Amino acid sequence: MKCAVIMFPGSNCDVDCYHACRDVLGQPTEYVFHKEKFSPGDFDLIVLPGGFSYGDYLRAGAIARFSPAMDSVVKAAEAGKLILGICNGFQILLEAKLLPGAMKRNRDLKFHCHDIFLRVENSNTPFTGLYKKGEIIKMPIAHGEGNYFADRDTMEKLKARGGVVFTYCDRDGNVTEEANPNGSVENIAGIVSEQGNVLGMMPHPERCAEDILGNTDGRRVFESILQYVEGSVAHGR
Amino acid sequence: MINAKIHVRFKSGVLDPQGTAIKGALKHLGFEEVEDVRVGKLIEIKLDAASKKDAEGQIKAMCEKLLANPVIEDYSFELSL
Repeated sequence: MKCAVIMFPGSNCDVDCYHACRDVLGQPTEYVFHKEKFSPGDFDLIVLPGGFSYGDYLRAGAIARFSPAMDSVVKAAEAGKLILGICNGFQILLEAKLLPGAMKRNRDLKFHCHDIFLRVENSNTPFTGLYKKGEIIKMPIAHGEGNYFADRDTMEKLKARGGVVFTYCDRDGNVTEEANPNGSVENIAGIVSEQGNVLGMMPHPERCAEDILGNTDGRRVFESILQYVEGSVAHGR
Repeated sequence: MINAKIHVRFKSGVLDPQGTAIKGALKHLGFEEVEDVRVGKLIEIKLDAASKKDAEGQIKAMCEKLLANPVIEDYSFELSL
């Protein structure tokens, strides 16, 4: 599986994502600079890492979405390639309209940097195949603008097609207001596109993907992707 | 040269976390009569345009492409010479 990690000016989780793909998963991985273009066939997985692309000036992700590399990401998404946007990467995917909705500042205006619990709402995606539906996992978050918003119409469509992949919950799996760190509508932490090949999530799976980090709950995001891509090759999809 | 003053604000019905915090602070300072606070952005742009009409088209395009996110924000603008 060929992986790419896009580097925007201000990305700060690019090295972690590169490490997760190359060292933890053992797959060939390349950095793509924001000024570079590539072809849809060049990579199987494209990771948009966390950070503060273009300083989050104007709105998080608003300027990054116009970078040359993002033209290629959009084309790759349209060609069915897997796109994983983590944190700022999720914000960029929203601004690029590869995913529905928008991100606002956290409800309490504080930057949240701590572990949270997630419930896996959809395990039938290329990114979550190795999780069980309803499984409770722990992941770190680190964001000031993770307050996901979509209007009622969009929310209904999103839920009807299983677009909600992760929700914030307590350790017992209850999706409560107290377990919602940022005020996201319906506790949404991660969503997938209609075609299923674009995932945006605020928590950081790359920061909990190996034993040395004290938590491996995020590792299966990357392993699910690998399994899916290898299965696709085997089945000629 | 044309000056544009662009106001970008949350659509009505979209909760405004900054506005809510400021409302709390104002109440705390004793301004009990405050019922609602909304925070927006003011963006000032100087542009070289042949006419006000041209400038209007340009500013509208800028707002729709970059300056406002139509999912959560509305915009309005005033132009002056």
